[in-house]
Formats: sequence, structure tokens, C-alpha cells
Amino acid sequence: MTPEEVASLIGSAFPDAVVDAPMNTLHPAVGVVPDRWREVALFLRDDPRLRFNLLRCLSGVDRIAEGRIELVYDLMSLRPAGDGRPWSCGAVAAVRIGVPRDGGSLPSVADVWPAAEWHEREVYDLLGVSFDGHPDLRRILCPDDWVGHPLRKDYVFPVEYHGIPGSTEFGQRSPRH
Amino acid sequence: MSWIENRFEEGLVVTSLDWVLNWSRLNSLWPLTFGLACCAIEMMATGMSRFDLDRFGMGAFRPTPRQADLMIVAGTVTYKMASRVRRLYNQMADPKYVIAMGACTVGGGPYFKHGYHVVKGIDLVVPVDVYVPGCPPRPESLLEGLMRLQDKIRGRTIARRPGPADIA
Repeated sequence: MTPEEVASLIGSAFPDAVVDAPMNTLHPAVGVVPDRWREVALFLRDDPRLRFNLLRCLSGVDRIAEGRIELVYDLMSLRPAGDGRPWSCGAVAAVRIGVPRDGGSLPSVADVWPAAEWHEREVYDLLGVSFDGHPDLRRILCPDDWVGHPLRKDYVFPVEYHGIPGSTEFGQRSPRH
Repeated sequence: MSWIENRFEEGLVVTSLDWVLNWSRLNSLWPLTFGLACCAIEMMATGMSRFDLDRFGMGAFRPTPRQADLMIVAGTVTYKMASRVRRLYNQMADPKYVIAMGACTVGGGPYFKHGYHVVKGIDLVVPVDVYVPGCPPRPESLLEGLMRLQDKIRGRTIARRPGPADIA
């Protein structure tokens, strides 16, 4: 199943939920409106034509020039192969959702795909997107008292953390890209 | 051994006692089982039969800091881990030694410039006796570092060091 077919299936079920996203890229993804993401996620998982029952990856991209953070959900449908192998890969698809950089939030899909629980904690930790309805939204990699979200492009390095000096000898305080 | 250190003048008895104490210390350095990243793989290789850390009496990796003499900080130390490293160091009994193994531990390594979460050298957290550079260091390098640490222990003495009163 191609990404265009997935996009048309979502578009026919939720006409107001799909936004235009470039499809002729290396990683084609269906653009979805944040408010409708939960319904679309349940549709992607439960519709008999799609059955995307595995969340492979959840990535966040900081589009600082456009003032938003993009979340990319990589989905895969695994089905019984029937030829002796336990599973075969039915189809892969990706969903791309943009949320505002400042105070952006998104409905959680941790109960739709259990893998999303820790992925959403990681996105919250490193990019500062909050997920409504997440069962346990804490930092997952950084310490609980860490300041800031390190993968944001305007992140400033800590000067010291619990008495340990943090800056380098070049005085660099922020990531260079 | 602080009850005996710094009490006697140099002499034949003190020198012989020094030799015995240092000999026993440097031939039974028990490291803390403590691997943080890829350097720990080389540390494990050092302990295995090909390089055989037991030749130096250092093969007894202790699972608790209270029984360990040596902390080989093997791997990237993050700020989150640094407080644990400091706590483990404080729990070790004197005399205690620290080897900084690998580029990350020596000075931040490849994370020096862009690593927001990496401590720029473990000597900012605990005092270091021997630095072993490399990314990761080969087992020979770690053995060399351990032998340099043995040299350092060999030079210790329990005799009283000249203080301000002796100079005056």
C-alpha cells in the first residue's frame, strides 16, 4: 500500500483531518491535523484495510523557522504470513503532525499503541511537546530537575549542574547546526 | 590506615612496613564492577583470559563499593550519572583510587563540543589518579594504566611528611 493510498483512505474517512504534505520525498508521510489525531490513529489501527498495529518510531523535528515542531509517527502493519513465518510486513506508512513550538500539545496515543508511551515521554523530554491524556508524562532521559529541552535548536547549555561545571573551554553555550 | 599514617619518622622499620603495605595494596586492587558505556567492553576484555587481569591480583570485580579499592570509570559520564559516580566514590573505603578510562571520561571526548548532557571530564566530579586515553582504549592501554597506578601506590609511605613545624 502506497502512502498516497493511505492518505486517500484517511481523507475519505476524515475529510477535514488531512493536510497537504509533500509525498515525493524519501520519507513520504500523511499530514494530519493535531486535533483529529486520536480518531485518525484509532482508524489507522482498527480499519480492516489498514491495520497498522505497530508503532515503529516516533520522531520530533524542530522546524524553528516555521515556529512549529513536527512529529513523525512511523507505522507498520504486521500480519500472520501463513507460509510458516510468524509475521510478514503488510505495509508501512508515516504520519506527520505539526504543533506550535510554544506550548504545543497533542492527544496521546499511548493507549492505541503501547510503544507510544515511552516515545511520547522522550519527545516531551527533548522537545517540550506535551501529550494530553498520557498516563505518566515525565522526563525519560534527562534528570527530573533538568532545565530546558535539549534537542530544541535554541537550547542553551547548562553553565553548571549540581556543582559540576558545564560549559566547554571555548565558552560555547548552544548547539551549532 | 589513617591511624598509622603520618605518625612516624623515616626509619628501617617504617620503610619495611611501607614495603609490605604497598606490596599488599598494589597486588590486590579490587575494582568496582562499574561499566558505563563501550569502554566497559574493553574493561571486560581486560578481565578475560586473553589479557587476564588476575595476573595483577585485580580480577576480583566487587559488586559493592564498600569492598572495592579502585573505581575504573569506563565510559561516558552524563550529568545524570555523575551524582551516582560521586556517591559510589564516597562509599568506597580508603585507600581508594580512580582510573579515568577513555576519552569521554578524561575530558568529554567526542561529546566535548555538542554533548549537552556529558560531564567534560570525570575529574570535575571525583579525584582521578590515572588517565587512560583512547576511544575506547585497548586492553593493553588499560593494563598500562593499572601498572602506572601500581607505581603510584609503590611510592606511598606511612612516614610523617615534613610539615610547617619541621621547616621552622
